[in-house]
Amino acid sequence: MKFRAKIVDGACLNHFTRISNMIAKLAKTCTLRISPDKLNFILCDKLANGGVSMWCELEQENFFNEFQMEGVSAENNEIYLELTSENLSRALKTAQNARALKIKLTNKHFPCLTVSVELLSMSSSSRIVTHDIPIKVIPRKLWKDLQEPVVPDPDVSIYLPVLKTMKSVVEKMKNISNHLVIEANLDGELNLKIETELVCVTTHFKDLGNPPLASESTHEDRNVEHMAEVHIDIRKLLQFLAGQQVNPTKALCNIVNNKMVHFDLLHEDVSLQYFIPALS
Amino acid sequence: MPLLTQQIQDEDDQYSLVASLDNVRNLSTILKAIHFREHATCFATKNGIKVTVENAKCVQANAFIQAGIFQEFKVQEESVTFRINLTVLLDCLSIFGSSPMPGTLTALRMCYQGYGYPLMLFLEEGGVVTVCKINTQEPEETLDFDFCSTNVINKIILQSEGLREAFSELDMTSEVLQITMSPDKPYFRLSTFGNAGSSHLDYPKDSDLMEAFHCNQTQVNRYKISLLKPSTKALVLSCKGLTFSSRLECSGTISAHCSLDLLGSSNLPSSASQSARITGNEPPHLAPYHFLNNLCLSLVYLL
Repeated sequence: MKFRAKIVDGACLNHFTRISNMIAKLAKTCTLRISPDKLNFILCDKLANGGVSMWCELEQENFFNEFQMEGVSAENNEIYLELTSENLSRALKTAQNARALKIKLTNKHFPCLTVSVELLSMSSSSRIVTHDIPIKVIPRKLWKDLQEPVVPDPDVSIYLPVLKTMKSVVEKMKNISNHLVIEANLDGELNLKIETELVCVTTHFKDLGNPPLASESTHEDRNVEHMAEVHIDIRKLLQFLAGQQVNPTKALCNIVNNKMVHFDLLHEDVSLQYFIPALS
Repeated sequence: MPLLTQQIQDEDDQYSLVASLDNVRNLSTILKAIHFREHATCFATKNGIKVTVENAKCVQANAFIQAGIFQEFKVQEESVTFRINLTVLLDCLSIFGSSPMPGTLTALRMCYQGYGYPLMLFLEEGGVVTVCKINTQEPEETLDFDFCSTNVINKIILQSEGLREAFSELDMTSEVLQITMSPDKPYFRLSTFGNAGSSHLDYPKDSDLMEAFHCNQTQVNRYKISLLKPSTKALVLSCKGLTFSSRLECSGTISAHCSLDLLGSSNLPSSASQSARITGNEPPHLAPYHFLNNLCLSLVYLL
């Protein structure tokens, strides 16, 4: 197994850092999958995560100007590593104005992802800061649980409003209730509702727009104003929203009635999918 | 949200209280200042709304919000009273975030149908509307102080920045806070008697912080510091200027008035006031100030 990659472009480095910060906010521990063309940050829907799953994908050639990898074997040319997300984002913090960033798989008493940052200093000589991030190599037999999740046919698909507003509202709603209902219809309306003995709060987002339906036929006779809804844990939604520091290029929300809500975001060229299941 | 259609006017008739504000922060700021207990009693008449928070019948805080502050204010009955969870109310009023985004204002419309009905709040920011329905409770009896504006012996107006630090650094090991007002030295003194010793904070009458100083008689009064602390922090934080005045029969009633800046309203005078009434050793018979300002907060402390 081998992995070596290098980033020299400042903009690519900053973007990679932002993605890593986002992942650190979304998942404490996650899986990094390295394949010849892509890097994936994966969180699978184990009970420990509360059923939440995440799939983040980036094309390696958009970031790295050097990228070499050799998987476990020729037929399975992939590497699956488990790491603590915060370790990576902390290491990347030192790479803010770096000249170059190198990442490679090493074995220093235990398997590591070594991040070395070449920094410019006042004098013309450069400094190198190295971070050894401990990782766990995930054996081949567990790979099947870490595949790209199948997105079920949504009942409603809608574009999300400004995430900052959503986050402010959900943050306040969290003080009142642990559960939230997210509902949307094909008329561009999305509502967030909480209800306790003391108070009911509903926030209405309008004119959001819906993407064209994939399967026109099944939804033809559906009432456009009919709402599809899911009951979810408010903290999971807040965690997802808190991870979006920058407004995404594209943000879509898919709701499967009473089953789950699926967020499909695009941050420039990096795609993020986040699944929150319904509360049982 | 269109507020002036005939349909809305007809709907409004079912409500005993309707109030609209262009900037909800004017309301949430003043309510935050008296939020030291979970519940509050709201009392509305055609002159405005009074929100009262009481602590064990020893401390009373009142926020007076005159009708003129609101862009729309209608009270159908003689008076409308209800008890409400102030924590939940504040969470709802700040649903779009505690810190304002520059250039955005959150508008509020408040409707109350009457006894037994919930309080409805409609908040709007940037096209997004949040509707809150807060259950109300049976109003509780609150202490009623009979105030009139005469009988003021001493009156001191201070800039609150000067007091902010003093109040936040009060020696909490002291059981009491002693306030001295005098035409002679030390003029205005805050004293505590804690484990480490006694500490005195003097504000001479020619100090930069002193805006006005009128003292006729020396008055020294002590107040339970534990009752004072939570409310004064809020009081001073939201004030621009603090007025201390004490009255004749009160044996230690001090009114502290503060000016609050109103945000985002063009047609109103730019100050609101808060008043704190702190009573000393004997039960008071007090006189309030009549303010030309629209927002008034009063805190009453009893020993």
